[in-house]
Amino acid sequence: MTATDRTTTAGEPILRLEDLGVTFSSETGDVPAVRGVSLHVRPGETLALVGESGSGKSTVALASIGLLPDNARATGRALLGSTDVVGAAERDLASLRGRTVSMVFQEPATALDPLTRIGAQIAEVVRNHRRIAAKEADALAVDLLRRVGIPDPERRARAFPFELSGGQRQRVVIAMAIANDPGLLIADEPTTALDVTVQAEILDLLRRLAVESGTGVLLVTHNMGVVADFADRVAVMLQGRIVETGPVEDVLLRPEHEYTKRLLAAVPRLAVAPAAVPAAAKDGAAAGSQDRPEAGSQDGPRTGTEAGAESATPAPEVPLPRYAARARKANTDTAQGSAAGHEPVVDLRDVTVVYGRRIGAVRALDGVSLNVRPGETVGLVGESGSGKSTAARVALGLIRPTSGTVTLFGSDLRRTRARARRELRSGIGVVLQDPVASLDARMTVLECIAEPLRVHRRGMSAKERQEQVGALLERVRLPRSFAQRAPRELSGGQRQRVSLARALALEPKLLVADEPTSALDVSVQEAVLEVITELQDELGFACLFVSHDLAVVQHFAERVVVMRSGRIEEQGGTMDTLLHPGTDYTRRLLAAVPVPDPVLQRRRRAARLAATAGAAAGGAGATA
Amino acid sequence: MSAVVQSGQLPGGTGPSAGAEADGAGVSGLRLAVRRFSRNRLAVIGLAVVVLFFLFCFAGPLLYSTDQTHTALTSANLGPSGSHLLGTDAVGHDELGRLMYGGKVSLVVGLAAGVLATVIGTLWGAAAGYAGGWVDAVMMRVVDAGIAIPALFILLVISAIATPGVWGLILILGLVSWLVPSRLVRAETLTLKNRDYVHTLRAIGGSHTRAIGRHILPNSVSTVVVAATFQVADAILLVAYVSYLGLGLQPPKTDWGGMLSAGLSATYSGRWWLIVPPGLAVILVVCAFNAIGDGLRDAFDVRGRG
Repeated sequence: MTATDRTTTAGEPILRLEDLGVTFSSETGDVPAVRGVSLHVRPGETLALVGESGSGKSTVALASIGLLPDNARATGRALLGSTDVVGAAERDLASLRGRTVSMVFQEPATALDPLTRIGAQIAEVVRNHRRIAAKEADALAVDLLRRVGIPDPERRARAFPFELSGGQRQRVVIAMAIANDPGLLIADEPTTALDVTVQAEILDLLRRLAVESGTGVLLVTHNMGVVADFADRVAVMLQGRIVETGPVEDVLLRPEHEYTKRLLAAVPRLAVAPAAVPAAAKDGAAAGSQDRPEAGSQDGPRTGTEAGAESATPAPEVPLPRYAARARKANTDTAQGSAAGHEPVVDLRDVTVVYGRRIGAVRALDGVSLNVRPGETVGLVGESGSGKSTAARVALGLIRPTSGTVTLFGSDLRRTRARARRELRSGIGVVLQDPVASLDARMTVLECIAEPLRVHRRGMSAKERQEQVGALLERVRLPRSFAQRAPRELSGGQRQRVSLARALALEPKLLVADEPTSALDVSVQEAVLEVITELQDELGFACLFVSHDLAVVQHFAERVVVMRSGRIEEQGGTMDTLLHPGTDYTRRLLAAVPVPDPVLQRRRRAARLAATAGAAAGGAGATA
Repeated sequence: MSAVVQSGQLPGGTGPSAGAEADGAGVSGLRLAVRRFSRNRLAVIGLAVVVLFFLFCFAGPLLYSTDQTHTALTSANLGPSGSHLLGTDAVGHDELGRLMYGGKVSLVVGLAAGVLATVIGTLWGAAAGYAGGWVDAVMMRVVDAGIAIPALFILLVISAIATPGVWGLILILGLVSWLVPSRLVRAETLTLKNRDYVHTLRAIGGSHTRAIGRHILPNSVSTVVVAATFQVADAILLVAYVSYLGLGLQPPKTDWGGMLSAGLSATYSGRWWLIVPPGLAVILVVCAFNAIGDGLRDAFDVRGRG
């Protein structure tokens, strides 16, 4: 089933938006969120609505199903079949929802009632729209669970949501959405809360369902890889308007609008090696980095070589972000030279962290040994629950290991006194994931950045502090005038830079960054990573970089540590490990990452499905 | 992007963000809270009532001066008239003047005791929540035990042993009513201590004192302010209870509760002016403080009272 023969399944559009506008009234006045959006979705077709946060893509989805919040006003037309959702009575909408159109939300944890068995929840959805006996509805529910790939559906129907994994919950949510064979399925970031391997399975499922039943899908996402994997057509949104729309190959491979080009250029791309010819790819990667002096210029699409891309691909450009250059360089002359002779800034030896006691005990970390040498960047990757954040927190001294030793700047943390330990910690800088929670909303930017100085440089005068904060702000490329602002007034990317400035205040020897960019849009992520890279070149600190995004780590880190359920699966030079993984797990992890190139992605998907079909004859769905 | 990057986004990137996060941007949190509070009519009325009562009690005697120390038995039990707007009581004190005089005590004791209770509760709750583990368990069991004993019972026992003055009353009321705020603040602390900025501070070697003093307490200030308002209302009511039972301040000093108690004997002789004014005053002030508390809670958007 290729994209082309799906788009030709013509017919009356199931969803047609005509000049849709949505305005929110807030305490600070009216805010237009969507302006003049027109689009359509035909049966059996998937339209992806992409854009960065605040572009209005979710608002369009909500308006299409009549679920806008009370303070929103919609104008224009949103035709579902023959009914105009804009201005429709709640009664009419209720009969449409679930039957003509249904929705899959981002967070499967909150989409299900925690106190009702999943079979009953699905049966309820069925009986909302069809007058059938309870027994029949229950049987249908089991059937639906089977269709969405829940193993042993008869027994699982009696399970409560908490007994299921995130991926299985999302399958249940999808089962509820398709219970009444809707003509249109609206999926708002359906895989964003899931790990990549689970994401790949959910996307496979959605694709199969859409093809089987001829359902139209409106997919809202920020992930270009997901778009390439799943969509037939793409509409790109910017500030409430659609700036470009077209078939997925056209938009992703030959974007026309300036914004789409920039957006695509900012997406970190995973360089992949063909399974057959590893040696050639290795050479390619090495060569690629040498003839890349300064990748890309400010505007226009960046040029880059197809480092390590599949040899058979019709030369798809793999533009590299600027923060990649350094990592690539270090990779080619390998980390050995710089590493030898220096003792690690942080060294975890055989660290185990156990939560709880006896039967309830959970091993969050199990015999983990890793280190970071001066000046190098180590990427710590893994899926949720793999223990990567726990490992970072052990390194930070926030979590005391149950056994094993942590050596920070050459001193064993267990053997140092409290005061000395505090002194040691002045050599660490920290940037954490959540841009909102990282800064105290009651403080100004100045106070936030000055905090480490107040802790460790007691003698400093207010004036000196102010001067230093100004200098730090400039370092992270923010204007000095930001010092007096409140964090609330800053965007996510600006806040993370303030966090970075705070982390650098004491000129640390080690920066620990726990998913510092995963809450940010790709363009902002690129800018933040660039700043970190530049400062690292300038100041020479080491970096322990925790991320779930393999593409980012591949470009950003020199060494990579792959973790899985509290253990280290493998570690080594980034290019070696991520191009030629030594373990099945890493291979699967890499195969599941969708790349933002529909042609390449289609081939990767086929290869992945073939691999799992071969391997999973025995235990299919075990990873869901 | 060589020079200063003004916005963290792409040049053409996210501009004005969607309505969902329109709240904020340029408007300070405090100003927003003030605006929300002023939109709550009941809360504004409550604030007006409290301000008027303060003026009445503290500025009132300047305009309407009366003798509240010496008895004047010749003019006892007079009804409302031109010279005594609300009549006089059994020992000849002018009732309107006494309402001001007693109100001073009620308001001051209520306010001070409410604030004291909140301060104790805040420190206790913050310490327990931040420390966690067995320290938290022990501290909160103390609170549970305290809540299990009715405050009124403790007050009666203490009053039976000693006769407290104004300061004594404040201290005693403060010491029996800090339990509820301590629970609120502990709950707040539990979430705040896991904020990333606290983790960051701890990771670079910041002290516990700094984490509590600079981050946790300032961020729970809205909870604390709301709790304090309700505490003041409760304390005013408690003062009235205690005095009504004759265990509070001794005459000629009095407060609204004491006035009610003194007027009790007049219930059946039709001398309503001894009962209705102080009763109304207590009801109005307590309701007003509660309305302010509700308004503040909505303005700060913190969860309900404990």
